[in-house]
Amino acid sequence: MTAPLGKDLLGLEHLTAGQITMILDTAEPLREISERTIKKVPTLRGATVVNLFYEASTRTRTSFEFAEKRMSADTVNIAIASSSVSKGETLVDTAKNLEAMRIDMVVIRHQSSGAAQFLAERIESNVINAGDGTHEHPTQGLLDLLTLRQRFGTLQGKRVCICGDVLHSRVARSNIWGLTKLGAEVAVCGPRSLLPTAIEEFGVTVFDRIEQAIEWADALNVLRLQLERMQAGYIPSLREYNRVFGVTRERLDRAPRDVLILHPGPMNRGVEIDSDVADGPHSVILDQVTNGVAVRMAVLYLLAGNTPALAEAAKGGDR
Amino acid sequence: MASHPDILLKGGRLVDPSSNLDTAGDLLVRDGKIESVGGSIAAPDGATVIECAGQVVAPGFIDVHCHLREPGREDVETILTGARAAAAGGFSAVCAMPNTDPVTDNQAAVGFVLKQGRAANAARVYPYGAITIGQRGERLAEFGEMIGAGAVAVSDDGKPVVSAQMMRTALEYARTFGIPVADHCEDPTLAAGGAMNEGFLSARLGLKGIPAEAEEIMAIRDILLARLTGGHVHLCHMSTKGSLELIRWGKERGIRVTAEACPHHLSLTEDEVEGYNTHAKMNPPLRSLADVEAVQQAVKDGTIDVIATDHAPHHNDEKEREFSDAPNGIVGLETALAVNITWLVRSQIITLGTLVDRMSCAPARIFGLAGGTLRRGAVADITVFDPDKAWTVDAARFLTKGRNSPYVGKTLHGLVGCTLVDGRIVFQRKG
Amino acid sequence: MSNASTIVLNARALERTVARMADEIVERADGTDGLVLVGIQRRGVQLADRIAAMILAHEHVAVPRGALDITLYRDDLQTVGPRPIVGKTELPWELDGKIVCIVDDVLYTGRTIRAALDELADFGRPARIMLAVLIDRGGRELPIHADVTGRLVEVPKGGRVDVCVTELDGTDEVTMVLSGEHA
Repeated sequence: MTAPLGKDLLGLEHLTAGQITMILDTAEPLREISERTIKKVPTLRGATVVNLFYEASTRTRTSFEFAEKRMSADTVNIAIASSSVSKGETLVDTAKNLEAMRIDMVVIRHQSSGAAQFLAERIESNVINAGDGTHEHPTQGLLDLLTLRQRFGTLQGKRVCICGDVLHSRVARSNIWGLTKLGAEVAVCGPRSLLPTAIEEFGVTVFDRIEQAIEWADALNVLRLQLERMQAGYIPSLREYNRVFGVTRERLDRAPRDVLILHPGPMNRGVEIDSDVADGPHSVILDQVTNGVAVRMAVLYLLAGNTPALAEAAKGGDR
Repeated sequence: MASHPDILLKGGRLVDPSSNLDTAGDLLVRDGKIESVGGSIAAPDGATVIECAGQVVAPGFIDVHCHLREPGREDVETILTGARAAAAGGFSAVCAMPNTDPVTDNQAAVGFVLKQGRAANAARVYPYGAITIGQRGERLAEFGEMIGAGAVAVSDDGKPVVSAQMMRTALEYARTFGIPVADHCEDPTLAAGGAMNEGFLSARLGLKGIPAEAEEIMAIRDILLARLTGGHVHLCHMSTKGSLELIRWGKERGIRVTAEACPHHLSLTEDEVEGYNTHAKMNPPLRSLADVEAVQQAVKDGTIDVIATDHAPHHNDEKEREFSDAPNGIVGLETALAVNITWLVRSQIITLGTLVDRMSCAPARIFGLAGGTLRRGAVADITVFDPDKAWTVDAARFLTKGRNSPYVGKTLHGLVGCTLVDGRIVFQRKG
Repeated sequence: MSNASTIVLNARALERTVARMADEIVERADGTDGLVLVGIQRRGVQLADRIAAMILAHEHVAVPRGALDITLYRDDLQTVGPRPIVGKTELPWELDGKIVCIVDDVLYTGRTIRAALDELADFGRPARIMLAVLIDRGGRELPIHADVTGRLVEVPKGGRVDVCVTELDGTDEVTMVLSGEHA
């Protein structure tokens, strides 16, 4: 019997394989809702969900918003622009205010690692981590897993290589946890200046060259390279990055098998990934987006049932 | 000045490595000095008798590294509250770092700290002067004036002295006055933005790490500059195995380097940070088990000359925030003795005698301060403590204003019974 | 194990009952034109399959079938414990103008059918909806009735009716279990 998820979804590191599978199994049947004419089920009717985004994000926020609205929840978006100079309200005060407004669920994206846990420890509402610093982005990890599972049938023994700036990537970390728990073989590939020094301790293989990764992998998850990394001196230039590490048509054509291509978006076409790859036959990038809404609906559904009171209540229902 | 009553410390275990003392006996204090030590002493008329059975009588501890926050941040600590907290921790003297607001980089500022310390009437407060004006690393501060006003050493702690040329000059200039230059060893470019030790845990938690090399690079630089200049460099809060190997290298060659370690670096590993615990965030950060064990061994073999607290109180509001935004620092004056006893003495890594040396005799000797000994005629700066008493750390009962300690809730062994400064009781535990 | 369980329908009796239900459904629908069977997850789906097989045998028409999972429409999600597993909903065609026959194994409080009606409304507007259930055990909490009933069973307080189908449970059988533990 899989243990229930608990009050919050903060990351994949501490979930069991059973719990991750449960979320994916729940997401599968929910995909169908987005195909209906009336894209709505009444499951979260009356629930208030706040999307608390300290970092600008169109795609993740809209994906969550669709998921929330398709479950009939009431959604409020709070976009907080803060710099290190004008911090505004502290996270502690924000937590207290949300609590006072009796919010049912909070989806938080924040620039500091640990911010989601910080909030979850201070409010009774369910907290879903939509990305905290460079720590984790669990729903992205889950939708990547779902996409791979749909194509492969199972993740057991599949070879997935995460390519790019793993050092600064919360998507990479969530993927590493999720993939290893479901039995996949995981590798990373990128310039060493963009890999954590302790990367081998994650139990992953390290490829220094993208050609090696392509030859080995069943799927590549290509991470976005941020301009700031070049400005901060981790790599000399974006052009060099594309020449040495870019996932290009020529490189993929030399692969011994068809390699699935994933990308969390938004893409830097011509930097980490070329357009003809992103739009090519082995790209599942659009599936990722579709699965994103289903995965988020599944997470909302599973967490909304988890308050201590409900855990005590009788199982099953009357017919 | 009315003289204070004599004080007889009766029946304790007298421990003082500076006079090769570790024996049961009495100690008599008169007119602020140690009048008689050892054997059985009859109580003079009017003397205050303090029963010390089951306790250790040692020279008062001297903390050569703490932050008392005054002037500038009296909301988190004042010299008064800090000095009292020190006395409660068995310290008869502390050296206060100059990274106050404004920085203690001139004669008047040094005088202010001394004056506040005297008014506190608890542990002695010796001011550090800054190495550079405003600790900006650009211009040397007036060492002579500051020492004349009572400063005992110079440091830009809080920050490293980034320029090797500036550090060289400081060491050379400090030689004139015979004082140590204490450096906070941290390469700013390697450590920039870091929140914890760099390693697997920092990668898992998604926190930028500070590699051990950030400390080691500056440590060896300072050791080499001490060699070049013949000056005395004192390395603050050493935390990595590599640093300790470099210090050994320097000492073997007769270079005038002394080093301190903090109780937290000889007891806790980076695992305390798990769950983003800001009460385990300080600089240099908690390191790996190998580093902790290396620090313990270094305390034992004398590579680490002194144990200092780096007591750094912060307001709860400042610590109650996202990990990467929280300020560095933990309090330590009231837990130092117990942490050291629990992790070093009870585990039989060092004897009580060695501990007293590292906490009292050596600091006095290295910084040229009074105290640090139970020799007859020495100033009566004494602490009495029960090395076996178990107690659970409760921040609400601290005398320091700070509550930021990673030891809260832990059970430690070693509790101070009373502390004397200049032959006066400045702390006595009730009950 | 179960206390005092009685067999209400054995495999052969179940087959007979399903055959009769299939004929009744076609009769009420005046034939098979526009008729679609929608089974409620989980065992309603298997029963709908059987009924469709019977209709194929008797009328030589393959009636379209769908599956409906009503978990997301339940009115008791706030009080039930760990989240129930959501099954597949598959309605591959338009419902507008059709005669939809909902098929379920046991009709009790009526709440499942209420949820099913709400869900079907989100998919379209059938000309007519009727309800066929294998077992009606009474105890309605909502004004819902079955148009086609396999067997009416009176269940004493605390008892329950279990429907087993070979596809899921290894055997075809309907049992009534009295007071407490179910098999």
